[in-house]
Amino acid sequence: MEILGYQFMQNAILTGFLGGIACSVIGVFVVLLHMPFIGVCMSHAAFAGALLGLWLGFDPILGAFIFSLAAAAIVGPLADRGDLNPESSIGVIFSLMLGVAFLFIGLMPGTKSAALELFWGNILTNTQGDIILLGIVAAIIVILVVLFYKEIQATVFNRDIALAVGIPSALVLYGILFLTGAAITVSLRSIGGLLIFSLILNPAAAAYQLTYSLKRLFLLSAAFGVLSCWLGLVFSSLFNFPSGATIVIVSSLIFMVAAVFSPKRKVKGWRRKTDPEIIE
Amino acid sequence: MNDIVIKIEDAVVSYREDVALRGISLEVRAGEFIGIVGPNGAGKTTLLTVINGLGKLVRGKVSVLGHPVVPGNGHGLRKRVGYVAQVQNIDPRMPLNVREAALIGRYGRLGWLRMPQKKDWQIADRMLDLVGMTPLTRRPIGHLSGGEQQRVAIARCLAQEPELFLLDEPTASLDWRAKTDILELVKKIHDLRQLTTLFVTHDLSSLPLTCDRVILMKNGLIWKEGPPRQVLTDEHLSQLYGLPLSAVRQRRAEGVGV
Repeated sequence: MEILGYQFMQNAILTGFLGGIACSVIGVFVVLLHMPFIGVCMSHAAFAGALLGLWLGFDPILGAFIFSLAAAAIVGPLADRGDLNPESSIGVIFSLMLGVAFLFIGLMPGTKSAALELFWGNILTNTQGDIILLGIVAAIIVILVVLFYKEIQATVFNRDIALAVGIPSALVLYGILFLTGAAITVSLRSIGGLLIFSLILNPAAAAYQLTYSLKRLFLLSAAFGVLSCWLGLVFSSLFNFPSGATIVIVSSLIFMVAAVFSPKRKVKGWRRKTDPEIIE
Repeated sequence: MNDIVIKIEDAVVSYREDVALRGISLEVRAGEFIGIVGPNGAGKTTLLTVINGLGKLVRGKVSVLGHPVVPGNGHGLRKRVGYVAQVQNIDPRMPLNVREAALIGRYGRLGWLRMPQKKDWQIADRMLDLVGMTPLTRRPIGHLSGGEQQRVAIARCLAQEPELFLLDEPTASLDWRAKTDILELVKKIHDLRQLTTLFVTHDLSSLPLTCDRVILMKNGLIWKEGPPRQVLTDEHLSQLYGLPLSAVRQRRAEGVGV
């Protein structure tokens, strides 16, 4: 327990809490809008942008943010137009981003340790500044979800219906993509460019197995996100594992347990519960 | 009842290389029930999108509920226009129940930053009652049958308290019983709420029998319009769908839609 007294550990716990919330709340959008591929694409773009920053000597966070937003600007219209098969175009951009990332690493002079850290992430090396930035982004995401809950609910249900009742669903969609870029950017250093998307998708996908209420989905997803980070942190310090990898594995295990015990697999039981008046 | 609520003058709409509407003019009076019939690709849905501000006009003028439809005022207009599309594929695990789905109809009117109040829930409940969905209000929306989904879509549309009621193939892919129920419901609601209704279908057997006016569309143009008895003749339908007259007669005699 004495490890909790160290500043780096306290920072890591706080990072896990804020990053877990930011990523897993965004994950709810990714799951409901059926856009996991777009999220993967943006994560790898952020990774490439951060590497460009490292190579050219400007802030990697800035590079990550610009690149992930640029990826959103390219792949967003594909999703928004409702193209039947946007996956191929998104796949091309995804692999391009990965190629660009490796190119930047290759071009980088000297030691590559900082670049490799962006691969795996390290939750233990976060600075006070990183945490403040993460806290700001997490707070913005939560506040916007609360303020625009009904617009978000209508848009994730069906964009055409949202549009038909007078909600500018394209604006809501692009807002969501913008927040996704922000959440990926600020969590990149802790979780790592190759792993960050798992922390976005897995807690939300796990929560999706367990509830038919959108409010509960957000809360459960955030809880699973934080739990993944904290348990991952515990295992990584106990067994000296890389923190980002451990967090991702824990979040995947939570998803598997949720999928096995999902009440959504038993639709008839649910119907008896919700329609007491109906005799089936 | 004779106020013009929709006025379309020479509307041309094109998507990429396809021209969907080729210069359509139409006036609709308050309280009318209009059936719009035509084969697939005739421009029926595009005509509805021009009315609710989602279609992009290349040429022409459209005025709805006394306001010109121009880029930028679509969201405001759509708050007053109810739109029911054909049955959608809904993820069975979608975290939204029937009551919440009907409440979405209130969201546009509420505007930004205003949460639904008790009154909004009451309106949604009343509309669900009107469409006979009260027993299923807590059921997840993805668990409904096609006919039940359309009832909820109509309740959502009515919760908007619309002045115009646009229905785009609302009975497509429904079985015969569900189709009949929805058609009766639409007509009942039109009369009860004194709406102006435009009902699009490619299937003549899905057209409510009591339309005030029928519009036949072909190749992006209004080909014929008038009272149902004058317009829905075997000769017109034969030309509209490119079927031999004998086939149209046989199918209509058997009570099968074209």
